[in-house]
Amino acid sequence: MKNEKLSLLSFVLPLVTLGVVIALWQITVTVGQFKIHLLPAPLDVANVLADTAMRENLWAATCRTGKAAMGGFTAAVIIGVLTSLLFSQAKWIRQSGYPYAIFFQTVPIVAIAPFVIRLFGFGLSSVMVVSAIISLFPIITNTTTGLISVDPKQLELFHLNRASRWQILWKLQFPSAIRFLMTGMKTSSGLAVVGAIVGEFFTGGSVDGYGLGYYIRLTSDLMKTPELFAYMICSTLLGVIAFLFISLVERFLLKRWIA
Amino acid sequence: MPTLKREGMAPRLQNLCAKHRNLVTLFGHSPMIEISEVHKSFENHANVLSNINVQIEQRQFVSIVGPSGCGKSTLLRLVAGLDVPTSGQITVDGDSPSHRLASRTAFVFQDATLLPWRTAAGNVRLPLELQNNVNRQTPQTVRDTLSLVGLLPSDADKYPRMLSGGMQMRTSLARAIVTEPEVLLLDEPFGALDDILRQQLNEELLSLWAKKKWTTIFVTHNVSEAVFLSNRVLVMSHRPGQIAADIAVPFEYPRNRKLRSDSKFAELCGQVSEHLREAAAV
Repeated sequence: MKNEKLSLLSFVLPLVTLGVVIALWQITVTVGQFKIHLLPAPLDVANVLADTAMRENLWAATCRTGKAAMGGFTAAVIIGVLTSLLFSQAKWIRQSGYPYAIFFQTVPIVAIAPFVIRLFGFGLSSVMVVSAIISLFPIITNTTTGLISVDPKQLELFHLNRASRWQILWKLQFPSAIRFLMTGMKTSSGLAVVGAIVGEFFTGGSVDGYGLGYYIRLTSDLMKTPELFAYMICSTLLGVIAFLFISLVERFLLKRWIA
Repeated sequence: MPTLKREGMAPRLQNLCAKHRNLVTLFGHSPMIEISEVHKSFENHANVLSNINVQIEQRQFVSIVGPSGCGKSTLLRLVAGLDVPTSGQITVDGDSPSHRLASRTAFVFQDATLLPWRTAAGNVRLPLELQNNVNRQTPQTVRDTLSLVGLLPSDADKYPRMLSGGMQMRTSLARAIVTEPEVLLLDEPFGALDDILRQQLNEELLSLWAKKKWTTIFVTHNVSEAVFLSNRVLVMSHRPGQIAADIAVPFEYPRNRKLRSDSKFAELCGQVSEHLREAAAV
């Protein structure tokens, strides 16, 4: 994706695919005569979206979840980069800490979410913590890899100039790692949205209202499947937007350095 | 990542070295670079260098040619202090290479080895930053050095990926000489360039050398390049690396491109090539 030039076709073709999928979906539901609470047709979902109050609610919920995901993601980037800087300092530090970093990748987030809520209360902070936990690992692995795999020739250049450890870290290792950090951030951005939604399954959302996760659970429990689909679509779009945003930042940062 | 060694020289030792240097000068002989009985072997490897003895006078331009893998780059790295000999001794201006001030020896790598996130000017500035030597004159120094190696002011703000291979190498050279070193070590710097560009850069390097008079060691596998540039060509043999021949190059400086079509130049190149053949056959 990175190496391909953005052209008109790269926008048009996915839209064509989407149209085909929606058409097939409509046909399947009409021909198969599915019950609406089992599998709503695209037109049923469109009906739900036609309602102004519903649209306003969707927008508000998406914004709340987006805010929580952004908070969790920012925390994950800050904590992840700091951890990586620490890990890059010595092999023994990496060896001591890395197994516990893997914890953040392997922990079933659903299992510890209730515990997080006990600690941080029902509200935005719990949602952000769950989001941060789930999006932390890719930041740590990618950034650490970037920090410790600098070009040996460039490192020799620094040694020849008697660079201090601090200079090597800030003028060589950190800039070398930015490419890796961006890769980690792209993975994490989507995970942060997932984390926020999972958090909202349990807490509902923030003080000022409910997020997407809460409505997904609610509409699912009430078997309001067309509404459920609307919230699902918003969750997906939120993840896509997060990914695209980070990709844009990456393009902007790296275009001058890398062909 | 290998840990960084910062070796500051104790003041007493420094005084001792200074005295010693004066003594040597008194007796009228002080090679700038002295390599005595140097051996180098790597773990699980045969000897890379065996009994190397070389003395290089101040302001000499010495080229080292040899078959690939003969250890010529290793020898250069020892002189730079990037590695230490297994036995034997190397002194540069009386000091061990790793004790020397960084600003006094400069090294040009085989690839330009530029930092992609810094502009040409930013790359040239780097050694001054690392040696904590940045002051108000620095921007001017950087500009002057860039123009010295033939880069235009408009190239100064370009990132390495926007520069051609030749321009990258010029930037790399500028980065090496920006600290006004006394010793310049070059490890096959023009190996990746096409022949015409290489010849052009050889001529420019010589005119820079005429101005700056660095004591220079130039590692290459190109015989004509070595003869064109140097006062003296050392031919190294293969496994273990030894000095097989030490050939003086008598042509007067300044040299220009016409020298390349001189019959004496061709004859000397032929001689060096013959030595190189013998060295590679051993």
